[in-house]
Amino acid sequence: MTEYSIEDLQAIARKLRRHVISMISAAGSGHPGGSLSAADIVTALYFRVMRHDPANPHWPDRDRFIMSKGHAAPVLYAALAECGYFPLEWMTTLRQTGTCLQGHTDSRLTPGVDMSAGSLGQGLSIGIGMALAARLDKKDYRTYVLLGDGECQEGQIWEAAMFAPNYNLDNLTAIVDYNGLQLDGFTRQIMDLEPFVDKWRSFKWEVLQVDGNDMKQVIDALQKAGQVKGKPVVIVAKTAKGKGVSFMENNVDWHGKAPSKVETEIALRELA
Amino acid sequence: MNAYAELTTREAFGKALTELGGQDTRIIVLDADLSRSTMTKYFAQAFPDRFIQCGLAEQNMISIAAGLASCGKIPFASTFAVFASSRCFDQVRMCVAQPRTNVKIVSTHGGITVGEDGSSHQAIEDIALYCSLPNFNVVVPADSIETVEAIRAAAVNEGPFYVRLGRSKTPVVYPSGCSFRLGKADMLREGGDAAIIATGIMVYRAVEAADTLGKSGIRCRVLNMSSIKPVDRQAIDAAAVETGAVVTAEEHLLHGGLGSIVAQVLASGTPVPLASLGIKDTYCKSGKPEELLEANGLTAADIVEAVKGVLARKK
Repeated sequence: MTEYSIEDLQAIARKLRRHVISMISAAGSGHPGGSLSAADIVTALYFRVMRHDPANPHWPDRDRFIMSKGHAAPVLYAALAECGYFPLEWMTTLRQTGTCLQGHTDSRLTPGVDMSAGSLGQGLSIGIGMALAARLDKKDYRTYVLLGDGECQEGQIWEAAMFAPNYNLDNLTAIVDYNGLQLDGFTRQIMDLEPFVDKWRSFKWEVLQVDGNDMKQVIDALQKAGQVKGKPVVIVAKTAKGKGVSFMENNVDWHGKAPSKVETEIALRELA
Repeated sequence: MNAYAELTTREAFGKALTELGGQDTRIIVLDADLSRSTMTKYFAQAFPDRFIQCGLAEQNMISIAAGLASCGKIPFASTFAVFASSRCFDQVRMCVAQPRTNVKIVSTHGGITVGEDGSSHQAIEDIALYCSLPNFNVVVPADSIETVEAIRAAAVNEGPFYVRLGRSKTPVVYPSGCSFRLGKADMLREGGDAAIIATGIMVYRAVEAADTLGKSGIRCRVLNMSSIKPVDRQAIDAAAVETGAVVTAEEHLLHGGLGSIVAQVLASGTPVPLASLGIKDTYCKSGKPEELLEANGLTAADIVEAVKGVLARKK
């Protein structure tokens, strides 16, 4: 596999963001904000860190990825399409009748999607199951789970957070896309998560903190996570919701609506 | 006598699971702090590496099971029926039913015969909930011997399973063994006057009722509908056509259980007089299992009366 430079990866992340805007614009509905905030993390995983083979989506030794914040499906679809899991043209069918790219991820329909998602709070537990399977089979693949910060208000996240360190799952990495916004407003106003890092530490996780929109920091953290022994790692990645599009950045209105034709053009220009 | 006959259904499950675990290393067992009651403790003792204690976190347990299944394992997740159904329903829906992961959920302490623990512990909605889920197979064995067969079927057949077992000792329906077939009813008594379609612990009582009615010359067909989903539509249709009157009996709410399913099949095929015995839109209370069955109209005598009722409505 090609070893991309940081600059290459930044360019790929921009390309994924353009796909996100085009896809959601064509679909007429969707969630741009959370896809844009996570684009650098998803790029780092699929184009640098993860061991995977787009020609063989069911390869038993592949690293696993779960997009637990299932509404950020578009950025995952963009990455999978760019990797070659399915034709780029599929992206124009997002959310349409008969598409393989459902509104939220569907493992039965999309090559490369390891598990369906959409009801928040479940991905970390699924990742635990995959990490336990790796250990039972003495395989060295890793499991990555991308969580939303708002999603961490779900109780099941903390059931999983309690479980993984008790089973010493050092083959599991959680990444929290901490963009500070959720559908109804700022997380600190809706249901404050802080002190967030302390919560994970008290649950016995190794915590790494990065700027989740800084490619080098994200890659360094993901690689460092692979070295930690005896416990799982959570990367708390501070991001900007809507990152890369000026009028969407840190704006709660862009959690779940499609840009108009004019807005799409402006957004694509900014991401060029 | 079959070796499992003397056991409760949950003990039979625990033993059968351990036997299966010895034959197939893909079998993984998860429990939520109830292994000494669900009897997965036998598996835990035999295969500690393949037993996953989840603590009191049923939602986490179900999603973990799905992750294991997605990597080729055959996870069996167990807890009490109340917790296995309503407590983690969204996880079952999203992680098991929708993606059709190969997860087996085996609940114990189903129905009102859990007894003294009271309504919080009496699962009376679980069959309706699980039957509502696309891709699920739902099985309620009649006794400990059929339990073993149902567990084997769940292990061997790809796809989601919900198997509901009880707490107390269940009278033996199949003293000399049975051959459980998914999606097939088992005819325990032949007869052309009326049909009793029962599931779980009510099967034994249905046979008792048929034998009682037989003494006064009423010949009842008895169907063990342990496989509630997929249901044996053919057997239900044949019962309607050939007997002209049907009674259903289940240890579950009338809404959404066996009675509802049979009513739907009859209405779209051969509508005949139907009486359904089950729990009538209410929560029950603490008490001895037999007293609770009596209070809720779920005894052999109640089935006898129901059969007489549908016979009177026959044209």
